[in-house]
Amino acid sequence: MSAVRILAVDDSASMRQMVAFALRAAGFDVAEAEDGKIALDKARNDRFNCVVTDVNMPNMDGISLIRELRQLPDYRYTPMLMLTTEAGLDKKQEGKAAGATGWIVKPFDPEQLVATIRKVMG
Amino acid sequence: MSSIDLTQFQATFFAESREGLDAMEAGLLALEAGTANGETINTIFRAAHSIKGGSATFGFRAIAETTHLLETLLDQVRGGQRAVDAETSDALLIAVDVLRGLLDRVEAGDSNTQGDASLNARLEQLLLPAATAATKKTAATVQPNPLGWQIRFFPQPGMYATGNDPLRILRELAALGDCNTCCDVSALPALHDLDAAQAYLGWNIELRGDISRAAISEVFAWVEDECALEIVALIPPVVAIDPIVAAVADAPIAATSAVAAHDHGDSSIRVAVAKVDALINLVGELVITQAMLRQQSAHLDPGAHDLLLVGLTQLDRNTRDLQEAVMSVRMLPVEFVFSRFPRLVRDLGARLGKKVRLRTSGEGTELDKGVIERIIDPLTHLVRNAVDHGLETPDKRLAAGKDAIGTITLSASHQGGHIIIDVVDDGRGLDRQRILAKAAERGLPVSDTMSDNEVWKLIFHPGLSTADSVTDVSGRGVGMDVVKQNIAALSGEVDIESQVGVGMRVRIKLPLTLAILDGMSVAVGGEIFILPLSYVIESLLPGTDDIKRIAAESRMLRVRDEYLPLMAMADLYHIPPATTAERSTSVVVVVESEGRKLALEVDELVGQQQVVVKSIESNYRRIHGVSGATILGDGRVALIVDVGGLSRSLIRAA
Repeated sequence: MSAVRILAVDDSASMRQMVAFALRAAGFDVAEAEDGKIALDKARNDRFNCVVTDVNMPNMDGISLIRELRQLPDYRYTPMLMLTTEAGLDKKQEGKAAGATGWIVKPFDPEQLVATIRKVMG
Repeated sequence: MSSIDLTQFQATFFAESREGLDAMEAGLLALEAGTANGETINTIFRAAHSIKGGSATFGFRAIAETTHLLETLLDQVRGGQRAVDAETSDALLIAVDVLRGLLDRVEAGDSNTQGDASLNARLEQLLLPAATAATKKTAATVQPNPLGWQIRFFPQPGMYATGNDPLRILRELAALGDCNTCCDVSALPALHDLDAAQAYLGWNIELRGDISRAAISEVFAWVEDECALEIVALIPPVVAIDPIVAAVADAPIAATSAVAAHDHGDSSIRVAVAKVDALINLVGELVITQAMLRQQSAHLDPGAHDLLLVGLTQLDRNTRDLQEAVMSVRMLPVEFVFSRFPRLVRDLGARLGKKVRLRTSGEGTELDKGVIERIIDPLTHLVRNAVDHGLETPDKRLAAGKDAIGTITLSASHQGGHIIIDVVDDGRGLDRQRILAKAAERGLPVSDTMSDNEVWKLIFHPGLSTADSVTDVSGRGVGMDVVKQNIAALSGEVDIESQVGVGMRVRIKLPLTLAILDGMSVAVGGEIFILPLSYVIESLLPGTDDIKRIAAESRMLRVRDEYLPLMAMADLYHIPPATTAERSTSVVVVVESEGRKLALEVDELVGQQQVVVKSIESNYRRIHGVSGATILGDGRVALIVDVGGLSRSLIRAA
């Protein structure tokens, strides 16, 4: 089986790079997107096995992204995780309603992230 | 501790956090000025949010702490529970400053730096009245762990639609301890009714081991709304356990999320300046090699080598395009400098009791990064002066029939190969009489017949620029000599226009870039010198009658009706006269700097070309009369003449 492909979405370059780096180091094939709109475009033109997205972003936030992605046949059952801070916990329900698989609370250790993704990906 | 080294992302974090703070500051000022739009508060909030997320991840506690308070406060603003009054605005702006300082300290390696306790207290104080709803802690009741747990887990049919898989949850449970799983298939329909996308199975699980309830809850955290779940302790300890998983109590903060955002995230990459500079350097070398090829190919027979020559012409064009493209990478919009002034003007105006309106235009005008960075100080000085000494107090303005609010206008524009930056105020203007009086008092050569222009130039004189003379000489001129020096160091010029009671304009004229220069190459005794083309007025062959010797060392050249000081380049740079070139047949190039003309005598005009400027100062030391050097097509080094410096030294000598 080919490498698991993950789409990492965050408007903060340092967070995005960190997420991408950690996942790549763990052997995942990672694509990056700076906001929901770009992510949606990439997801449409490509096929990812998992999406990890920040919630609060310009142009299109993470929850709208997840809602949009769930409408696409290719992403109906794809695990999609939100990266959220504890202040953003009220977003969890909204995110779940939009179709999010789960969330990872910032700040997180890169290894914690990798472990969570591994679990989700089986 | 993580085995992944986070330090490599810190540089990005610092850079983006500073940009975030700039955006916050601009947004807060816009809120205050009433020029904010619906997206402004979201931009501000997002900046705080990102900095907080990053700082917490990288372990910068002080920053995380302050941004957390900031974020909470901003979230209330965003949710409409709080208006941005002067007090809030002040605190938020101070927070921006404090965070800038913290970023600097942390970046310098002090990752244990302490936050500003008084600021944090101030933010907390602001949060107090509205905080009741915001923070509600989950009551964490610590209980001894039982021997194990009995778990009933029945997913809802739609669980797969959120990407959750019961199998994952079962695996995670199995990883926690000794797991005995019993599958309940009673809900499974007949095969032809089965929808593969639905979840039909349920599980009864006996999980044994020293496992905390929290660990189990965590496994189910994502799906607690998508399943029927019961978790019961196997052998109940002293305290009875609530059979329902306690959901994390969410604060009922208004969830205002959907935001129709319009700002376009520009697609850009962040590159170290050193890399860009290396690129520019390499292109510079390429330009030199290319010039060399062109020079060598001039001897070739066009008939025999036509393809080669066509190729070289093509290379010539490509090199030029490449050079332009690479140079443009270093260009930054002037906005980079202008964006700092709203805050400065606001704070200064408030402190001095003046009402100031700041207008900016031409923010998109691009300038070389090196020039931008070095223009910040002089420009800050000019703006400060304009607010401090140029603008009158509101009552005085009203008395003079002016708008009580003073206006300072910053504008940038292209003009030929230059960038013009204007700092204009509608204040009281310069006072001619007082400047003249003060200059005379300082022993400067002045007279009442001097033109306004000459009088205004006096404020650049170090003697008039000292602090004690400022406030009495119509207030202008603090450090103006330094401003002028700074700008001259950028090969720029400063020009002043002023009218009493109407205002003053300081105009800065700067070269587009410091790395490439259009030059006129001239031969002097076997050496080649480059005269920056922007200074060159004309070149001429003077008749012997036109040259007047005034003293033994001093000659003047008559150009039409003007007499200009004439200097031989060979004398200025101590070059023995070339054997072939006779003095009598020499050529004169007239140059102008800061409004003063000067005639330079050279042996021969060689041509015009673009040269790549190499610094002598950074490789050797500063040499009087030389602003830099370049490498010619044939590999020889040519010095670039510092016309401004020559002209200034001439004035001093006079």
